[in-house]
Amino acid sequence: MMEYKHSVSLDVDKCKGCTHCLKRCPTEAIRIREGKARIHSQRCIDCGECIRVCPYKAKKATHDSLEAMEQFRYKVALPAPSLYGQFDHLSDIDFVLQGLLDMGFDEVYEVSKAAELVSGYTRQYLRREGLKKPVISSACPVIVRLISMRFPYLCENVLPILPPIEIAGKLAKEKALSEHPELAAEEIGICFISPCPAKVSYVKNSFAGQKSNIDLVLSISDVYFPLVSHMNKIIVPEVSTDSGMVGVSWAVAGGESTAVFNDRYLAADGIENVIRVLDQIENADFPELEFVELNACDGGCVGGVMTVANPYIAKARIQSLKRYLPVSPNLHPGDGDIPGEAAMPPVEYAPASPLSKDRKEAMRMMADIQDIRKELPDLDCGSCGAPTCAAFAEDIVRGEACADECVVFMRMIFHDYIEKRKDAAQVKEALRTQPHSKDIRPKCEDG
Amino acid sequence: MTDAGINFHFDVDGEDFSSAGAASVEVKKNLRQLGFPPDVIRKVAIAMYEGEINMVIHANGGTADVFVLPDEITMVLRDQGPGIADVSLAMQEGFSTARDNIRSLGFGAGMGLPNMKKYTDAMEIETELGKGTKIVMRVKV
Repeated sequence: MMEYKHSVSLDVDKCKGCTHCLKRCPTEAIRIREGKARIHSQRCIDCGECIRVCPYKAKKATHDSLEAMEQFRYKVALPAPSLYGQFDHLSDIDFVLQGLLDMGFDEVYEVSKAAELVSGYTRQYLRREGLKKPVISSACPVIVRLISMRFPYLCENVLPILPPIEIAGKLAKEKALSEHPELAAEEIGICFISPCPAKVSYVKNSFAGQKSNIDLVLSISDVYFPLVSHMNKIIVPEVSTDSGMVGVSWAVAGGESTAVFNDRYLAADGIENVIRVLDQIENADFPELEFVELNACDGGCVGGVMTVANPYIAKARIQSLKRYLPVSPNLHPGDGDIPGEAAMPPVEYAPASPLSKDRKEAMRMMADIQDIRKELPDLDCGSCGAPTCAAFAEDIVRGEACADECVVFMRMIFHDYIEKRKDAAQVKEALRTQPHSKDIRPKCEDG
Repeated sequence: MTDAGINFHFDVDGEDFSSAGAASVEVKKNLRQLGFPPDVIRKVAIAMYEGEINMVIHANGGTADVFVLPDEITMVLRDQGPGIADVSLAMQEGFSTARDNIRSLGFGAGMGLPNMKKYTDAMEIETELGKGTKIVMRVKV
């Protein structure tokens, strides 16, 4: 299997080796080794929690720089719907689109348009007979990866339709090629303006099953300031949005669900909530649920770590921006069949880190883990570099950590040592004060 | 580890409804790490979950022990609750003695015991009124 390319990385110089990220990582993918955080690549789901909590800004989202755009002759901006929620006193999305053109893009293709197509396909898909319900949204790459690692029984439930960014990328490229026959495909740069690093991972790891149609992933926070300065100069925008309420609503948790036009849905946001919901769906049957929308970030995409605004403020802005938009102007002709090119390959179960391929060996290891756990203090302090005592016991058995890295354990050993020294001193003192001590004292000192 | 395999013990807290299901999640995680196939993990997780919920609803909690062998997983649930008056009636889908306040939480639909039987390869119930209930469930790998 190809190695997974992550989009969360560490600035070693800034990392102090504290336990903030260690404790917050939902998949226990971080360890502190030699005073610095290390991300376990197989376990990381690129949710960005560690970026959010690092007080020293040592965790970074990897994305392309604005300068990287210059390699393309024709640049197409793909704004994520969450971008629209970043601006104060914005009365119309058109200003954002015009601003993007003014800052150097040759064309803008709104991801929210493709989102409306995906909503149409989803409604169509849900009408099929014999589907495993509830159908789970495929839009958040963190969730898709999480399900593939932890929820084998739910892999089949994932909506087999490409996320809006991929469809937008494809349509944008086709549009550019047809409008500008003088351009070669590789001269066109499709630049997605992203709220989160997970979308970067999505592109880099070819989630779509083939090379992504997205060429560059820029961050909203990088684009924000140059964009605002151009937006401030606009008097009347010359372009206008093609999006509707449905597409723009995808920026916030619950937006994708309401577009299913069916009240038997569940929308959860925030990675911890999402994990609990998935555990419960896997356990109990929810015959009444048709669709489940899950967003790793609090509030949905507006809560991504590459955004600028507070997610709840962004959500309120999106609410007022969509008020006078048409419901959903972008529908696949006839809202009929789902085109084959929109299909996403099935999600396959790939557990992150089984103890051993041999079940008997795995059982032996787990028994050792249980034995070691009994000796550990269960404080979950993180000083050993593992997030919990349980994780530490597992690391010891896997040979990745040593028991004496537990500070409580070491203090006990030290304490015993001091007690012994104390005993030795008392013996010495007793011998010295005894009447015939002269005879044996030299022996004692030698010892 | 002995030849008897590997054991997990859980105390199921009867006071705290919100933590019901926690043992099931823990067992699921362990079985995943041990490399058991997904369908086996799901069966065990569902049977455990239903058993846990039952103990919380009816018996003010209890204990759950899971014995794992390479080819078989056994769950033993024990409680000191009121016991089951009529086991065959309790095994019927939709039969429930859960109170309204429990039903308002979405539980007590009368599918607990039927689901435990449905998702396991063998189930034995020992129960005595006023003393408690012991349920043994086995899932073959």
